[in-house]
Amino acid sequence: MTIGLQTAAYISATVLFILSLGGLSNQESAKRAVWYGIIGMAIAVLATVAEPAVSLSTVLMGSIVAGAVIGVLVALRVEMTGMPQLVAALHSFVGLAAVFIGLNSDLTVHDFASKAEQVIHEVEIFLGVFIGAVTFTGSIIAYGKLAGKIDGKALIIPGRNMWNIAIVVASLVLLVMYMNHAGPWTLYVMTVLACLLGIHLVMAIGGADMPVVVSMLNSYSGWAAAATGFLLGNDLLIVTGALVGSSGAILSYIMCKAMNRHFVSVILGGWGDATGPAMEIEGEQVAIDVDGVASSLNDADSIIIVPGYGMAVAQAQQSISELTRRLRAQGKSVRFAIHPVAGRLPGHMNVLLAEAKVPYDIVLEMDEINDDFPNTDVVIVVGSNDIVNPAAQEDPNSPIAGMPVLEVWKAKQVFVSKRGQGTGYSGIENPLFFKENTRMFYGDAKASVDALLGQIT
Amino acid sequence: MKIGAPRETMAGENRVSMTPDSALQLQKLGYECFVEAGAGEPARFADDDYRAAGVTVVKSANELISAVDIVTKVRGPSKAELKKLKKGQTLIGFFNPAGEPDALEQAKSQGVNVIAMEMVPRISRAQKMDALSSMANIAGYRSVIEASNNFGRFFTGQVTAAGKVPPAKVLVIGAGVAGLAAIGTAQSLGAIVRAFDVRPEVAEQIESMGAEFLFLDFDDNQDGAETGGYAAPSSPEFRAKQLELFEQQAPEIDIVITTALIPNREAPELWTEGMVKAMKPGSVIVDLAAEKGGNCKLTVADEKIVTDNGVTIIGYTDFPSRMASQASTLYSTNIRHMMTDLTPEKDGQINHNMEDDVIRGATVTFDGEITYPPPPPKVQAIASKKPEKTPQKTPEEIAADEAAAMARAGRQQTGLLIAGAALMAVIGAYAPASFMQHFIVFVLAVFVGFQVIWGVAHSLHTPLMAVTNAISGIIIVGALLQLDTGNSIVTVLAGISVLIATINIVGGFMVTRRMLQMFKKS
Repeated sequence: MTIGLQTAAYISATVLFILSLGGLSNQESAKRAVWYGIIGMAIAVLATVAEPAVSLSTVLMGSIVAGAVIGVLVALRVEMTGMPQLVAALHSFVGLAAVFIGLNSDLTVHDFASKAEQVIHEVEIFLGVFIGAVTFTGSIIAYGKLAGKIDGKALIIPGRNMWNIAIVVASLVLLVMYMNHAGPWTLYVMTVLACLLGIHLVMAIGGADMPVVVSMLNSYSGWAAAATGFLLGNDLLIVTGALVGSSGAILSYIMCKAMNRHFVSVILGGWGDATGPAMEIEGEQVAIDVDGVASSLNDADSIIIVPGYGMAVAQAQQSISELTRRLRAQGKSVRFAIHPVAGRLPGHMNVLLAEAKVPYDIVLEMDEINDDFPNTDVVIVVGSNDIVNPAAQEDPNSPIAGMPVLEVWKAKQVFVSKRGQGTGYSGIENPLFFKENTRMFYGDAKASVDALLGQIT
Repeated sequence: MKIGAPRETMAGENRVSMTPDSALQLQKLGYECFVEAGAGEPARFADDDYRAAGVTVVKSANELISAVDIVTKVRGPSKAELKKLKKGQTLIGFFNPAGEPDALEQAKSQGVNVIAMEMVPRISRAQKMDALSSMANIAGYRSVIEASNNFGRFFTGQVTAAGKVPPAKVLVIGAGVAGLAAIGTAQSLGAIVRAFDVRPEVAEQIESMGAEFLFLDFDDNQDGAETGGYAAPSSPEFRAKQLELFEQQAPEIDIVITTALIPNREAPELWTEGMVKAMKPGSVIVDLAAEKGGNCKLTVADEKIVTDNGVTIIGYTDFPSRMASQASTLYSTNIRHMMTDLTPEKDGQINHNMEDDVIRGATVTFDGEITYPPPPPKVQAIASKKPEKTPQKTPEEIAADEAAAMARAGRQQTGLLIAGAALMAVIGAYAPASFMQHFIVFVLAVFVGFQVIWGVAHSLHTPLMAVTNAISGIIIVGALLQLDTGNSIVTVLAGISVLIATINIVGGFMVTRRMLQMFKKS
């Protein structure tokens, strides 16, 4: 295949990728958008394989076939609630591939036209491997936290920012040594250091910030691909990597804004410093049984359901969908209020509800529905906590002060389905549970909703 | 413990404080239920129905009262009834502690614990035991039925072959529970309904029932929230305005239903003799305040009279009793809810918790002490009016703010552009041309990425992430290019890279498709 034809193929692949991302602006065009992405990827791979420098070896065919089979199996097996882990795990693959490609590039002999080109080449190797390694280990830690294999709490070691800076500085020193032909060991040491940095960065971030971390790692994997593109002088890699990198960055930014957090403080981990003691909470948590909730639901005309991570954990979305269907069949208005950071992945709740066949036009965003709570008879909070915490508005000393929250407490009656009296992921007490119009509906979300289904026909 | 309902002794009282249904629920709380023979008869609950529900039917009131620990009643006890009660027994029912100080004293001296149903505080939690509301609801409904019974015309307007019938015009004064129920009933019969209340905040409720709120332009409007949701006496100026309004209405109106009561006071006179005179013959007035002297001074309590100009005035005070089955069902449910609150453990033992706002409020004698009037409840019945909001910004101010924000953003952007250009210049000065070519592509792609992602719907962020994840598998291209470099280590590493990148691509796209297929429209 000629260079001209290959470039043409790359251009069409790039255009298809852009269309694919842009097509996600609404549900209907999104289905088409995925096909654009798939076709773009197929064109890109075929065009590269057709290049004379690439021979159809058994290694190539074997790797592609094996990879495809594993990919299909993973995609078919994963539960929708396991999505966050899967995405994080897949990111680590991109990071690892970037590391390997960088190391390979070091192992291969190159001729350089000028000194400047050599410098740039070496910087590119270093950059590609560095970003790749951070993405790799960071994603593995994120996977572990999301899958519950590693404690979700933020691990704060003393002087953590100093450690981060030390690693970056050490990497820069190694880069200078590498450029002065100190040998490939500098590259390997840097790889290990970057791996440690990735682990440390993500370990220091608490579970509640995981959606931002996943999207940030997504961004990193894109930058790693772009760096590899520079390394190999391949425009397709550069363009695609930059697209992914910038989209991940924007997504992280949008989410940080939704939580009223600064991007930097999320990345560096830990909550912002509160300036005083948290507000005292008065009252007590009053429990309610299934009969009480059922009779309120039967009397109510307008109902809003606020799902959270607890719904995902309990796999309650199917039961909630059935409940919604029955209540709607009785002529009641049932809607869902989704906070931008509900769950452990942006849009997590939307995906789960969609899986359970809840019509998406009754699933509303925070801004669309927040004003409607005062006119709502019953709000059911299913396994969410921080996103409905009135302390964000009422207590200036709260760690989440100023974070936009769903104002569920303005509804006439609030039921909170919750496993026990513990605090949410952020570890903050929630005054909502103590309010006059709140009743606690203890128990596993799925079991609770199933019990409700027994009473509502 | 044992709980029992005697037959009501007051003449014309048809209600009963326990029904077979409520007895079943009380048994679930662990109580043994008793009823006096024939107690449910006037409300059409037969003794056999009670027996079928597991209730012990006893012959006389004496036998019943000596057998049980808790006596439930509808009306306040007569002197004779009260005498039969023993120390430590609990009496639940209407009691009128304000109007019957003697009875209160007697109950105290006998050591009877009395829970007066009319004293249940009007807070949300206690609505299920608010017997005043449930009875008022019946009174409101029945008042319209009685009115139509005495009104010689249709309520609804009709155009028939035999001529055109104008709709009846109904005026409801006082939009409490009874008033609102009356509005709803008259409305559903097809009448034109107007309503008035001294509390302007109920205008919304009146309109929600489909009636027209007669608005009185007056500054000194009451805030019902301060008085626990009840009306308070109004100033003379206000009253004058109000009467003026009614005088204008009187000649037009066919049916007047007055429900204006002020707690513990004589009912205010709202419909004067002059207004009655101004009404058309055949008109009907139903005075729900007859027991407290009536909102119309011509009203005779418990009777129906017809004035000289042919206006019927109904002063019955027993509307709930006229619908005894319905009233008993609702009232016994109120009692049952009260018992539920009194029996938190569901073990059939009363836990008379004087710390509980509702129980404390309703209890008028306890342990040989008079506990009336209760202290104000800790929880306000209705949220008080919010203070005025901070003044809204004028459109000019908003425009100025926006312009300032735009200017700020503009300066920021300019600054960033200059810094970016400087950076580019530095790189361009040293980097070779081939690098700069790639760099152009890179920067443009970053910009395209930024622009495209802003438009993505929030609900699609997870699919977006999965798609970008799949697309980042493009790194496979780099691995493919390195496969054939001849170095075996390189080949192995590149092979692994191809493998994992393929997993990423295939897995990512398939998962995205799975997710998107689930989105459906109702």
